[in-house]
Amino acid sequence: MSHLVIAPILLPLITGLILLLMPERHRMRTHLLSMFSVFALMVISVLLIIKAGRGEFVVYALGNWAPPFGIVLVLDRLSAIMMLLSSTLAFFSLLYTTDEKAPQVSPHFHSLAHFLLTGVNGAFLTGDLFNLFVFFEILLLSSYALLMQAGSARRAKAGLHYVILNVTGSAIFLIAIATLYGLTGTLNMADLAVKVAAADADTAPFIGIAALLLFIVFGLKAAIFPLYFWLPAAYSSAHGPVAALFAIMTKVGVYAIIRVYTLIFGNDAGELSNILLPWLWPLAFITLILGAIGALGARELRVQISWLVIVSVGTLLTGVALNSETALSATIFYLLHSTWICAALFLLTDLIIRQRGDAEDRITSAPEMRQSLLLGGLFFVAAISVIGMPPLSGFVGKALILQAATGPQTPWIWAGILLGGLAVLTALSRSGSTIFWRMENHVVTAPAADIWSVIAILGLILFSFGLMIFGNQVIAYTNALAEQVLHPQPYIQAVLGHIPVKGN
Amino acid sequence: MEALISIVIAVLTGCGIYLALRGRTFPVILGLTLLSYAVNLFIFVMGRLQSGVPAVISSRDQYTDPIPQALVLTAIVIGFAMTAFMLVLALRARSELGNDHIDGKNTREETPR
Repeated sequence: MSHLVIAPILLPLITGLILLLMPERHRMRTHLLSMFSVFALMVISVLLIIKAGRGEFVVYALGNWAPPFGIVLVLDRLSAIMMLLSSTLAFFSLLYTTDEKAPQVSPHFHSLAHFLLTGVNGAFLTGDLFNLFVFFEILLLSSYALLMQAGSARRAKAGLHYVILNVTGSAIFLIAIATLYGLTGTLNMADLAVKVAAADADTAPFIGIAALLLFIVFGLKAAIFPLYFWLPAAYSSAHGPVAALFAIMTKVGVYAIIRVYTLIFGNDAGELSNILLPWLWPLAFITLILGAIGALGARELRVQISWLVIVSVGTLLTGVALNSETALSATIFYLLHSTWICAALFLLTDLIIRQRGDAEDRITSAPEMRQSLLLGGLFFVAAISVIGMPPLSGFVGKALILQAATGPQTPWIWAGILLGGLAVLTALSRSGSTIFWRMENHVVTAPAADIWSVIAILGLILFSFGLMIFGNQVIAYTNALAEQVLHPQPYIQAVLGHIPVKGN
Repeated sequence: MEALISIVIAVLTGCGIYLALRGRTFPVILGLTLLSYAVNLFIFVMGRLQSGVPAVISSRDQYTDPIPQALVLTAIVIGFAMTAFMLVLALRARSELGNDHIDGKNTREETPR
C-alpha cells in the first residue's frame, strides 16, 4: 500500500497548522515554508499522475478497514489531474503574495489557503459520500475566512450571502446523504453504484429524489443557472490572490457532478441510469448564455471576470451533458484551461487596481497606469485565451467540445458556445480598450508591480501555452481518463475487491 | 413513534425555512439552526427507529445501526462551527453595514433610537 495517496491531504493540513503557530513578525519564514509546502504538493501530484496514468486504481483504506465499511481514498486519472490543477493554482496564487507591497495578505492567509487545499484535495480523493460532505465543509469554512479577511462593507454583505447559501446547501446535502443511506445502507460510492443499479421499483424513485437533491448541492457549488447569484458578488469582493484560489472551487462542484453522475447514476445504474442528463444540458446552456450576458453588462473588471467563471462552468457542464468519451475528454481539457486562465485574470486585475488609483477596476477612463504596456500585454494574451480564439488553449478546448457534440442538442450547443464566445469577445474588447487606451494624461504614483507577481501571472498564462503545445499528450491522458470514468466497473471492482493489509 | 418523529421533523423544517426566509440576520441564523436540528434528526431516523437496544454490537443479537450515530455526531460538530461562524459574521456585518438587514439596507426608514 502506498502512503503517498494520503499526502495531498495531510501535507497541507500539517503545514496549515504549523503556519498558524508562526509568530506574525516572521513573515518571510512563513512565506517560505508555505511556498515550499505547495511546491512539494506539486511534486507529489505529478508523482500521483504518473501512478494513475498507468491506468491502475490506488485504493487507500483508512485505518485498514476493508471497503465498504471503512473510509477509502481512491486515486484514479480524474482525481490525479484535478489535484495537479489545484496544487499548481495554489502555487502561483501564493507566489503572487511574495510582493511585500501587496496590502491584502492578512497574517493567516497562508494557513487558510492550506486548509482550503486540504478540503479541495480531500474532495478529489475521497471514495465516500459522507466524507465528500466533510471535505466540502473544510474547504467552505476556509473559503469563508479567506473571503472575509480585512473586511469591508461590500465584503461583509457578499460574505453573509455566501455563507448562508452554503449552510443551506450543506443541510440539503445531509438530507440527500441520509436518504441514500436509509435506502441502500451504504455511503461508499462504489458500493452505492452496485446497490443503486440493483434498486427495485419501490425504492428507485426515492433514490432518484436523493440524486437530484445532490445535484442541487453540487449545482450551488459549481454556480449553475438558478444558483449562481452569489458568485459575482463573492468573487469580485475577494482580494486578487483569494479570488484566484477560488477559481478551483466551482470546479470542485463540476468534479462532484462528473464523479457522482458517472459512477453512481451513470450508464449502468439500471432504472436510475443518467437521471441527471435531461436536466443538465438545458441548465448548462442557460448558465452559459446568462454568464455571457452578465459579462457584457459588468461595470467593473473583477465582476466581469467572475461572470467569465460562470461562462466556463456552463461550457463545462454542456460537455458533461453530452455523456460521451470524446466530450468528457474535451471537458477536462477545457477545465484545466479555464481554471488557470481565470486565476491569471483575477491576479492581473489586482495589479491593475493597484496602479489605477481611485478608479480601481471600473471600466471608465482613468489616469495612466505606470506599466500599462506590460499589464495590457498580459491582459491581451489572457483575454485571447479565455475567449477561445486561436491559437491558445481556449480555442482547442472549445473546438474539441464542439467536435464532440452529437444528437438533437447539437445546434443548441454550437449556438450556445459560439454566441457565448462572441459575447465574451465583445465584453473583453470593451473593458480592455477602455482600461488600457482611454487614459487621462497624468500618471498615478503607484509602485511598479513586483517581479514575483508578474512571474505568477506569466506562469499561469504559460500553462495555457503549454496546453496548446503539449495538446496531444494532454488529450491522450484526458481520453484515457474519460474512458476510465465512463466505464466505472473496474473502479467498483478495485474498491470493493480491496483486501486489507495484513498486520505483523 | 414514527408518526411523532416525522411530525417533529416536519415542524422543525417548516419553522426553519420560514425563519430562514426573513429579512434580518438573527431570524435567518435561528432558522438555519432549526433546519440543521431537523436534518440531524432525519439522519438519526434513517438508521431505523428501535427502542431499548444497544448502539454497539454486544451479546444481544439485536442492536441499532451505529453509522447514523457516527454521521450525526460529525454533522452536529460541523453545524456548531458553522453557526458560530455565521453569528460572528452577522455581528461583523451589523457593525460594517450599520444595520442587521440581510441585504445591508433597511427597506423602510426606521427612526434611530
